[in-house]
Amino acid sequence: MAEKTYAGKTVEVTDEGYLVNREDWTAEIAAEIATEAGIELSKKHYEVLEFLRKESAAGTSLSIRKVGKSGIVDIKGLYQLFPGGPLKYSSKFAGIPKPASCV
Amino acid sequence: MTEVKETPLKKVMIICAKASIEDVYAALIMANGAVMEGIEAKLFFTFFGLDAITKKQMNKLHTGVVGNPGMRMPNGWAFPTLLGAIPGVEAGVSAMMKKQMDELDVPPVDEFLDMITAGGGEIYACKMAADMFKLTKDDLCEHVKAIITVGDLYAMSGGDGTQIIFT
Repeated sequence: MAEKTYAGKTVEVTDEGYLVNREDWTAEIAAEIATEAGIELSKKHYEVLEFLRKESAAGTSLSIRKVGKSGIVDIKGLYQLFPGGPLKYSSKFAGIPKPASCV
Repeated sequence: MTEVKETPLKKVMIICAKASIEDVYAALIMANGAVMEGIEAKLFFTFFGLDAITKKQMNKLHTGVVGNPGMRMPNGWAFPTLLGAIPGVEAGVSAMMKKQMDELDVPPVDEFLDMITAGGGEIYACKMAADMFKLTKDDLCEHVKAIITVGDLYAMSGGDGTQIIFT
């Protein structure tokens, strides 16, 4: 566990940089975590993050297949939004735990 | 003390030579997992593995119920080989396995190939096996980029951090 300051707020993060408490999440924090990974968040990114936050809060195990079927973006689009980590990065920016699924 | 330096994995070449559900899915899951982690992935299907990319067969894969020591009844008993020999049993067991995978969000083969190629993964068929089974590009699904030789495969396998995996 470590502490990090994003958008003027000190939050607890895991060793891999995922927020420990999802309640800490704000759109500004998401933007700063994304900047660290070299990604600038657009409106479309935020739609994906909102979807992930909602599904994760409902206890759903997330996969890129579920995001692809959400109607927000297809899987190819998801890869374009989050290059090199469609589920890993999107989960990190959404302030939810690291994905535990193999698909 | 020697210093241990880790080189990150950059590319995986995954070879699948068998048509059973577990062999094909092991290859698909590894390839999909690689592209999801930002690792370049190329999948090479050969011999019976070609079923996984043959239009007619790809969504009808079975698992072996005869001579498969890992196969068990739902109550945990070993699956009797003679039971596996009864027509329809293999199909039933395979359907059950696919249903269980679907519940875990593991897609059918064609959709899985969609996912892998959407992430930049590439699918290839082995020339020798395709010739042997008299298959042409038209028999194969649209995800297949090309039918290639083993030499072509090795030519694609260059670069630091590349691994060849035979499932």
